[in-house]
Amino acid sequence: MRLSIAEALRKAIHDEMERDESVFCIGEDIGITGGFGGAFTVTLGLEKDFRERIIDTPISEIGIFGVACGAAIMGMRPIADVEYGDFLFCAMDQIINQIAKLRYISGGKLKVPIVMRAPVGVTGRGAQHAQCLEPYFISCPGIKIVAPATAYDAIGLLRSAVRDDDPVLMFEHKLLYGSKGARAESGGIDASSEIPDKDYTVPIGKGITRRKGKDVTIIGSLLMMHYSLQAAKILEVDGIQCEVIDPRTLFPLDTDLIFNSIKKTGRVVIVEESPKQGGIGAEIGTQVAENIPDYLLAPVTRIAAPNTPAPFSPVMEKFYVPQPEKIADAIRTVVTNH
Amino acid sequence: MDYKSIIQKIGSKKAIGMYNKMLEIRQFEEKIRFLFLEGKMPGTIHQYIGMEACAVGVCSALEEDDVIASTHRPHGHAIAKGIPIKEIASELYGKVTGCCKGKGGSMHIGDIEKGMLPAIAIVGANIPITVGTALAFKLKREKRVAVSFFGEGASNEGAFHEGLNMAAVYNVPAVFVCENNLYGASTSIRKVTKIENIADRSSSYGMKGVVADGMDVLDVYDKASKAINDARSGKGPTLLELKTFRYCGHSRRDPSNYIPKEEKQHWKAKDSILNFEKILLQEKIIDKEVIEELKAGIDKKIEEAIKFGQNSPEPKPEDTYNDLYATMEVPK
Repeated sequence: MRLSIAEALRKAIHDEMERDESVFCIGEDIGITGGFGGAFTVTLGLEKDFRERIIDTPISEIGIFGVACGAAIMGMRPIADVEYGDFLFCAMDQIINQIAKLRYISGGKLKVPIVMRAPVGVTGRGAQHAQCLEPYFISCPGIKIVAPATAYDAIGLLRSAVRDDDPVLMFEHKLLYGSKGARAESGGIDASSEIPDKDYTVPIGKGITRRKGKDVTIIGSLLMMHYSLQAAKILEVDGIQCEVIDPRTLFPLDTDLIFNSIKKTGRVVIVEESPKQGGIGAEIGTQVAENIPDYLLAPVTRIAAPNTPAPFSPVMEKFYVPQPEKIADAIRTVVTNH
Repeated sequence: MDYKSIIQKIGSKKAIGMYNKMLEIRQFEEKIRFLFLEGKMPGTIHQYIGMEACAVGVCSALEEDDVIASTHRPHGHAIAKGIPIKEIASELYGKVTGCCKGKGGSMHIGDIEKGMLPAIAIVGANIPITVGTALAFKLKREKRVAVSFFGEGASNEGAFHEGLNMAAVYNVPAVFVCENNLYGASTSIRKVTKIENIADRSSSYGMKGVVADGMDVLDVYDKASKAINDARSGKGPTLLELKTFRYCGHSRRDPSNYIPKEEKQHWKAKDSILNFEKILLQEKIIDKEVIEELKAGIDKKIEEAIKFGQNSPEPKPEDTYNDLYATMEVPK
């Protein structure tokens, strides 16, 4: 069965709710009959099977994450979502001060098994419905962060996240959902997968090599993983063989996979859709520099968005998001100059 | 309800138990205040002296498996909910035998196994969490109740608005107890809020709002019982405001110079422990001798608790890495 990411997540949520009565969904516009099924159709129709456990909320992000936190401590397994990742900022106290810290503060006496789902990506909506929020959260101990770039991983990681006893934040990309109808995104990329008919999971903390190559390691998540694959294809004609790594989990990072690849290629390019300052590339690059400096043939290279908010103009937006050609150019420079 | 009928309803034994708890809070807070000012206790403290009737009145109306959430001023709630004072004392010293193994400290006292979340020291933040606690009880069809304690200052937070609205919409078994002690740190509530009763805000959520005398443990107990019974029987949440006063400053060495002397005297004249004591003596439930025995017993228990805290082992520095994730080690 071939599913888009939106369909895959819907299936995974449905299966988990069926498997475990403590799983419930809470968010805005998620279960309104005749409505959207969340901003990108992920929960569409689930209320028909689970009316009591698909909880529509007022526009109250502090409330959504606070309620999820309290319920999780009491043994439930909430899946809390925001329509756009940017809205997480409204709930930062609940996420950073409460959800991420309460187990620690309690001396390990309680668990907070929450899944938080947040759509990200710069997609024609200006600066406040656009952000890639990963950098804000990788600096917060207490939360695991996953970012599925394919439908196969979306199911596998969602299952792992729901069954995990710690808070897990899942970033999903608007251009990868494959949402249909009124909620379809222009400029979307096909991230659908053939889904095996079995209860598989993708472990949190394990990345995957999407393409093998010997000259340079490219690291990218979500949309940037797909663009990195496109860049690798462009570079074939130059005779440059790129290895593309999809971390899939941004915290805890699969450093073994990343380091082993760089030990082989000697070069690393990290591709990010968020601003360069203090980003995931800064973190990965520093870990590489600290741990395997002797293997580097070239300086760590980051290709990221400018250190500005996302602009609206389609011209500026295209400039803002690292495009496959731009990624390919940067890689060519790294490989040919070093 | 008049106090005679309330006492009749709860019985002498429970009444004495409540009085004892109030004394325990007062004497414990006075003892650690002394230790703190002597510089023998680390960190900071926010004390509950003066407000004892609030925690004891509400918690005495709860069942053991009900769950409370507290604030940066949690010692009174913790004692009232039944966390052993030696575990509280030990936590104040940051020791491994503390109720949070030294990871919480004064502002995070709590123990989920005793029905108290680790106290949440961000003003208002425990309100939506309590809605979630109560929602879990509702979804699991458990006849338990969740109680959030917070101050009047929290009622100006967004979390209060979002939490109370959702509690009413989902009709969860929760009670929101606003301990209105009139000052948020140094700022008088009158300066930052135009209404007299915080409980009036309940009407904008379609929720019941009740005011009780937070210096009268029987009035608190009576009104809390009603709110808790309503919650437990599916009749929805209540915003219960308790008019009270803290005798100490906001924290640490704050002499509370921003509170007029007359105001302090006015409230101290209504002292909840002395008033309850008077009633218990009048009703011949206790006599002076029993009072002295109770006080001496508590003093001894507190001495032991403090010694336990002082003599307990320190955590190892590397224990910093423990207790964060349930399913993995902290990457180093």
